[in-house]
Order: sequence, then C-alpha cells, then structure tokens
Amino acid sequence: MTVDYVLRRLGMFVLIIFVAGTLNFAIPRLRPTNPVEERMNQLLQQAGGVHIANVEQMIERYEERFGLKNPLWLQYANYWIALSRLDFGQSIAYFPADVTKEVRRAMPWTLGLVGVTTVMAAVIGSFFGAWLGWTRTPIAISFVVPLLLIVTAVPFYLLGLLMLWMFTVFWPILPGGGAHDPLIAPALDLRTVLDIVKHAILPAGAIILSSIGFWGLGMRGMMVTTMGDDFIKLAEFKGLKERRIFVRYAVRNALLPQVTGLAINLGFVVSGSVLVEVLFAYPGIGNLLYTAITSNDYFLIQGVLMYVIFAVGLMLFVVDMIYPLIDPRIRYRSA
Amino acid sequence: MTTAMASETPLVVKDLQVYYHTRRGPVKAVDGVSFELKRGERLGLVGESGSGKSTIALALMMAHKEPARIEGGSILLNGSNLLEDNDEQVRLRRLSEIAMVPQGALNSLNPVMRIRDQVIDGLKDHNVRMSDGEFSQRVAELLESVGLDRDVASRFPHELSGGMKQRVAIAIAISMNPSVIIADEPTSALDVVVQKQVVQTLREVQERIGAAAIMIGHDMGLMAQFASRIGIMYGGKIAEIGPVADIFKNPKHPYTQLLISSLPDTRSKRRLEGIPGLPPSLLRPPPGCIFHTRCPEAMEVCMQEIPATRELDENRFAACHLYGDEDGREVAL
Repeated sequence: MTVDYVLRRLGMFVLIIFVAGTLNFAIPRLRPTNPVEERMNQLLQQAGGVHIANVEQMIERYEERFGLKNPLWLQYANYWIALSRLDFGQSIAYFPADVTKEVRRAMPWTLGLVGVTTVMAAVIGSFFGAWLGWTRTPIAISFVVPLLLIVTAVPFYLLGLLMLWMFTVFWPILPGGGAHDPLIAPALDLRTVLDIVKHAILPAGAIILSSIGFWGLGMRGMMVTTMGDDFIKLAEFKGLKERRIFVRYAVRNALLPQVTGLAINLGFVVSGSVLVEVLFAYPGIGNLLYTAITSNDYFLIQGVLMYVIFAVGLMLFVVDMIYPLIDPRIRYRSA
Repeated sequence: MTTAMASETPLVVKDLQVYYHTRRGPVKAVDGVSFELKRGERLGLVGESGSGKSTIALALMMAHKEPARIEGGSILLNGSNLLEDNDEQVRLRRLSEIAMVPQGALNSLNPVMRIRDQVIDGLKDHNVRMSDGEFSQRVAELLESVGLDRDVASRFPHELSGGMKQRVAIAIAISMNPSVIIADEPTSALDVVVQKQVVQTLREVQERIGAAAIMIGHDMGLMAQFASRIGIMYGGKIAEIGPVADIFKNPKHPYTQLLISSLPDTRSKRRLEGIPGLPPSLLRPPPGCIFHTRCPEAMEVCMQEIPATRELDENRFAACHLYGDEDGREVAL
C-alpha cells in the first residue's frame, strides 16, 4: 500500500529542493553585474580604503570556484555538484571559513533554542486554545483571550527588551546575552548544562511568549469549529464523559491543522529567530544570518537559505508520512 | 428502579415549556406540550420549521443549550423526572434509558475513530464492563442487527455511505436497549430509497427491543410508514394528536386539514393547496389561538382565548375552538 505513496512524496520532496535550488542559482545571475566583483568593491568601500590583505586572493578564489567565465550550463552543473557536497563556498565576513562550517557551528544553538521553544509554544498554546475553545470552560477563563492577543500583538523585540531590562538590570538574576559563560570550559557536566539553560531562559521566554498566542488562537478557532460539528452532538447524546468528549472528539480533531503548522514551523527552525538571537547575542543561525546580511555576505545567505529549503522540504515530507497515521481520511494510497 | 425500568409508559411529558431567551424577550419554542408514550409505541411529530419539534427532542435528551431553558413542566422517564436529575445522572440516563438518532448522520461520527470504538465508548462510559472479545462480539451483533456487515466495525466513517452511517447511528442508539428512542429527522440527508430502508430498520430494531420511539420530521409519507400515532405541532404546541390512520382520513384541527390537503395524491388530479400566510412569531405570539391568523375558520373567540385540548375520540386530541363540551371532554394539561 505505502511504497507508491512514499515514492510520490519523496519525488515531491526532491522536486521542491530542485526548484528552490534552481531559483537560488538563477536569481543572483539575473543581475547585470558580476556578484563577486561587486561584493569585493563594497567590501573595499566599507574598509574605507584601508588595505585588506586577502581581497585579490578572494576574488581569485571565487572566480575559480564558481567558474564565472564558464558557460551557464556548466556553472549550473557545478553548482549542483558543489551543493551535493554541502559546499556553499566561503564566507566573506568570516573569510576564509567555509559557509558550511559557519552554519554547522551555529546550528546546534539554534536547534536547541528555537527548536525546543517552537515545540513548547505549540504545545502550551494549543493546550490553552483547546481549553478556551471548550464551551464548558468557566467564563472567567475567557479573559485569557485578550491577554493572548496582546502578547501576540506586541512585537517580540519589544517584549525581549522589556525582559532584558527586568531580569538583567532591574532584578539582575539572569545573564544578558550569549549562549554560555565564556569562562566555563564547555564539558558535558551539570555545571555547563545549567549554565546553558540559564542563558537560554530569556531568549526562550521571548520566543514562547510571542508565539504562544498564534498557537492558542489558532487552536481556539479550530475548537470552536469542531464543537459545532455533529459528531460532538452525538457524543453528547451518547452520554459520554466530558473528558472523553473533550480529548477524543474535540481536541483530537481540532489538533490536526496544528500538526501541519508545527511541522512547517519546525522546518523554519533552522533559519533561526533573527530578532531574538541578535537581541540576546545568541550565537545561532539567526545571528549568523544577521551578520551575513549586514555585511553583504552573499554566500553565507545563500548557504543558510539552502538549509532552510532543505529543512522545510524535509519536514513537509515528514508530515506527509505521519499525517495518514493521525487522520485516517488521508490514505497512503495514491488515489 | 427496576419497576420503573419495566414501566409500561416509559415517557410521560407534561406541560413542557422550553423558551429561548433572546435580547428581545423569550421565544416560546415549546409552550405547554404534553404527551405519553407506551412501550413499543411509535409517535411521529410533524410540523413546519420553527414549530418546536427539534427543541422537544433536545429537551428530552436534556441537551438543550443556552439560551434555551426549560421553563416548566416535567419529563417522566421510566417514572422519574429528568428535570430533577443532576448533570451526571442525566448523562448516565442518556443512551441507557433514552437514546437519540441524530439529524443528518453524514457528519455525526467522529472522523478519526473506528466504528467499533465509537460504539464501545458509549458502553464504557456507562460502566459496562466486558472483555475486549465480548465488546467486539457485542459490536458485531449490533451492526448485524441494523443490517450492516460485522466488518464495518473496523472501518472509519469516511469509508461508509450515508445510509450506512445512519445505520451505525441506529446501532449506537440501541446499544444499551433504551426504553425511548428519539429520531430527529433521521433521514434528512439521504436519498428516497435509502430513507425508506433506514426507517424500516429503525422500526425493526425498535420493535425488537420494545422501546417507545419518537420520530421527528415533515415527510408525511415516511411518517405514515413509521408511526402508530402522529402529533401535529404548530407554534410550539401540539395542535392535534391521534392514530396515524385517523389523522390522515379525518383530520380534526383546521391546520391538520390544510396540511393533509397540501399532500400530493396520485389518485386524484386536484390542484395542490398550500397553507396561506407565514408561521407566527413565537416572540410575540398572537393572542388566543396561535393559528387564528392563518385559519380559514377563525371565529371571534379564537382571537381571545387559547383553545383547550379536548379528547374528541378515543385517543384523539385536538386544541381548537370548533369543538365544544359536547364534542369531547377537556383534558387537563
């Protein structure tokens, strides 16, 4: 039953990567100028005429690597060959470091911070939303809705600034930035873990607070729709226990779109959370991307983008694989 | 309780009043409805939209929601008043004493649960203790009793046709041998051929378990096929109630007369007649008889006094000023 389905979805995944990768290749080349020269000129301007040692070498290396004098089809072929080796070229900002190496250094921090908080926000938010959408929830609880709206509406860099001020200035109990204490030699012991957790509390809090409303309101909306469905009425006529109606009939069905949402969001985790990471000086992908953009580090941007494309595509593939398990109406069958 | 369970009159509704409380005042959706159901009896409740028939069904299940409130009367189910029970007692009496086959069953089964589990969870929440094998056996029996294959147990709702889903709903309704089954327009989303089969099935299982049944609808043809008695509702009240053949042959209430004459008849080529006018506002019902605004035989008294319900014949009741003391005794509500 399933082989055909898996192959189809896998084909879709490959297609997504192919199309996105091709766009990634084509769009920069639509520009009338030579990107490498342009970047180098910008870099020289930024340096304010100060001599930069490696500029000639950099131009040489890039022309050589990307074979910009080669015909387009060969460039395209080489591009895919390089990609297949996860070779995105060398960073301009961190020259001569490889883009891949930079991304790999930042990735664990982002996965840890943004990955964990995305899951937590989705779980907590959906839980609140389910509760708010349940008609038998006491009216008093409904004041949470405007609260969620407010927290979601406040831009989270403002929320982050407020938190920074509160916990590092007004009541200094948490570190104001970084991912770990630079004075502690990283080791796999309790002290290091506690230190990392302590550093993660503020950025994690900012991400969770700012996205919890999104999940909560989405879930509440789905709950309200589901509660109006006929099968909820029949469940009541059947004299089922409230708890069973809530969990097995209402939440179970209302949760389905949330699962898709979570998977897509998990795909975007690898792009990091730019604002939060910059604000809290967290050395993740978001911070890396920020540096890349502010320093016109074109290859780094492209590299991060490819990771995002790959991760989103992969997560969509994973959703397609698990969705038939949670919603029987979607079958592994091809029809 | 055991004597009450075996009661010969499992359902006695007395002067039931259900109002929807709106900002502009109470809408009297059900306003003083009384009837009784004997074991094995099938009552059809007929009326146009807004006549209060679905509200009665909800109230009998105690599943009415705000802004609807039961303002008065009593619902004696197996001798004990549902209105005096607390929520948990009501919950336990659903399915075990009074069960509902819902309207439009196309969406009334949980799409993510297998049929088997949706039959069993009702039993489990009513403290039925059995082994897994016994539960499966029970589900198979129930499905076969409504004309379904026992394999249906392992399927999901989307794999069933509309008629099959409605049969599953019937199987669930009879899973605890209730003494009253309510079917609220049970065939509204089905095609004509399937409608007839589903009603037939409902009738068979009802007869087998000896339950009393109420079917709500506006298809007079289906009603004639199913019911032994018919109640005609108008404006939140029962205008007339009596054995099905009498209602069709000799309607007493002017509304029933108009309703019957609006039915197509294959034997005569007469022009079909509708009922002039619109249903009354239940927010500000007209004074006197609620039907007088559309009644071809309205008299002076109809605009002032609410007609009493009289027993015009054995088992035949109507509420109309056309009939006086010489036609039948007044029945207390």
